[in-house]
Amino acid sequence: MSAIPKRQLSAGQRKSQRGTEESPFVKWLLITVALLFSLVFLLLPLVNVFAQAFAKGFTVYWDALKHPNTIAAMKLTLLVTIICVPLNVLFGLAAAWAITKFEFRGKSLLITLIDLPFSVSPVVAGLMFIVLFGLQGYFGEWLADREIKIIFAVPGIALATLFVTFPFVARELIPIMQAAGSDQEQSALTLGANGWQTFWHVTLPSVKMGLLYGTILCIARCVGEFGAVSVVSGHITGKTDTVPLHVEKLYNEYQGAAAFAVASILALGALFTLGLKTWLEWREAKLEESSQLAAVGLQPVADSYKPMADG
Amino acid sequence: MSIELKNITKQFGGVSAVNDVSFTVADGQLVALLGPSGCGKTTVLRMISGLEAPTDGEIFVRGKRVNDVPVQKRNIGFVFQGYALFKSMSVADNIAFGLKIKKWSKPDRIARVAELIDLLGLKDLENRFPHQLSGGQRQRVALARALAPKPDVLLLDEPFAAVDAKIRQELREMLVNLHHELNVTTIFVTHDQEEAMEVSNRIVIFDKGRLAQIGTPREVYEEPASEFVARFIGVMNVLDCEVREGVARYGGLEFPTHGVTDGQRLRIGFRPYAVQVSNDLTAHRHFAVLRHTYFLGVLLRLELELPSGLIIRARMSKEEYTRLHLTEGREVSLQIRQYRVLAREGESLPPEVSVTHSLPLSPGEGI
Repeated sequence: MSAIPKRQLSAGQRKSQRGTEESPFVKWLLITVALLFSLVFLLLPLVNVFAQAFAKGFTVYWDALKHPNTIAAMKLTLLVTIICVPLNVLFGLAAAWAITKFEFRGKSLLITLIDLPFSVSPVVAGLMFIVLFGLQGYFGEWLADREIKIIFAVPGIALATLFVTFPFVARELIPIMQAAGSDQEQSALTLGANGWQTFWHVTLPSVKMGLLYGTILCIARCVGEFGAVSVVSGHITGKTDTVPLHVEKLYNEYQGAAAFAVASILALGALFTLGLKTWLEWREAKLEESSQLAAVGLQPVADSYKPMADG
Repeated sequence: MSIELKNITKQFGGVSAVNDVSFTVADGQLVALLGPSGCGKTTVLRMISGLEAPTDGEIFVRGKRVNDVPVQKRNIGFVFQGYALFKSMSVADNIAFGLKIKKWSKPDRIARVAELIDLLGLKDLENRFPHQLSGGQRQRVALARALAPKPDVLLLDEPFAAVDAKIRQELREMLVNLHHELNVTTIFVTHDQEEAMEVSNRIVIFDKGRLAQIGTPREVYEEPASEFVARFIGVMNVLDCEVREGVARYGGLEFPTHGVTDGQRLRIGFRPYAVQVSNDLTAHRHFAVLRHTYFLGVLLRLELELPSGLIIRARMSKEEYTRLHLTEGREVSLQIRQYRVLAREGESLPPEVSVTHSLPLSPGEGI
């Protein structure tokens, strides 16, 4: 009909007519590469863990899990997690609060220190504690005199884990608190609230999602930490082996199926964590969406104040 | 008196944001702190609230020195520029927050929240969250929250800056009505001179951290204390004149003044409404060409070019513009009916010089 004949475009071509979009070839190439990579390097090994775990049948799998040494490792891992997570939540909140709400000397030093565990190799972190608290360490003799055991015992493992998981909560909270600013807190102050009331009623509710994410990541790392714990644990079977250490030991002792059986528990835990995080994100988005819909739907109600109209 | 500031100075890292400011606000007044951005007006408001402590000087509320009274104990209501509503609380919970903190009983709280919901027209919004409200609604919730614990003083930081023009007008009227009804001493910060003129009964004008003038809207408009105030409040034509034969002159324009000597330079200012324009070229002794007309509604603003090339601004009603058959490019005659000496080089002005000079209105003309 029109004077200028239109170019016939396929559906794929038509979609990519926006100036900023890559050609379909590049687009699909990138998607394929990314998908293939995650399939081969991420999903396949994960599936293999479960395949290997059940390779010798369910009985072997179950026996490996209910072995007293496995149970002991799980208990120890749980204990370390229960010690470290609350401490790091408290620390993370305090550090994020200090960094975002106050101006003080050494603030950038504190920020750098919080990031330190991210940049230091966990093995080095473990060695630092050996140097401090080991028998030949700075405090070794003093501790030995008082019969306090840190290295090759639960306190050392907890300390090493604490160090490695140090940044998770703080790093998650700092950007959220920075974005929120201090206006809400200031209005709480003008309404008579003291510092604690302000924190409890105003600050904490506004960062709860970030706090939850940070805690989940912190738990995952507490459970899975290997390097730092490996250095300070001493590998006493049934006593100072955490689950990851126990997996390695089983594998080195040629008990492949048992090693993978215990590893499958770690993998399940990781999957569960990932699922929980995704669910929280999805729920948050859903809540946001529904409340926006509600707002749009209800908007016409008394949108403007008309003092003149009612006299 | 309700609030008194005595020689208040505030420094941030060695830089003075507020410099030796003193003024008083009487009980029940509605006062505007006005000035361009960065002039220290918000800092003054925050010092009155207790969110900021003065570096020097004293603040009194009802005759009591409050420098060392923390913000929680000053019994003020503060409305922040961005409203700062509690995002995780509903409208009702936001309003009730101060009451909870002050340990009001539950029935009292419910009654007070209902009262404020009614007063500020927030019916049916009690259970909404801040992100579900429009800008104007948020502003009203912020006001309700600040007013709920019955503060002695209501402080507002740029309360109307973040809403569009129509809502802003409604909120201004609401603030005036609320103040009329509650009679609570109210101080608000604004950079908008029109807003200050319309809403407040006293204006405190700041310039670079210093007090420029205090007065009623009429006083600061008609008797500006300095060129800064004259230019900031409303539109002012300002000319740099030289005195010859006892008269300040610019081009062909003459401004007789008292107490001046030949050779002196004076800054003379006059408002657009003081320029009387006629289409009869014999009516006045100055001539100009109408270069441009701006339609602002009922009033029009005219730009007139004098033979010297000087452009002055005049104001006129639509009716008069039509009556005079004015069009752009047309020649008119004019006179300046009222003017004021704003400054004399290197000197502050003695009172006999800084008066407004007026000429009688010609019959049948004027605004």
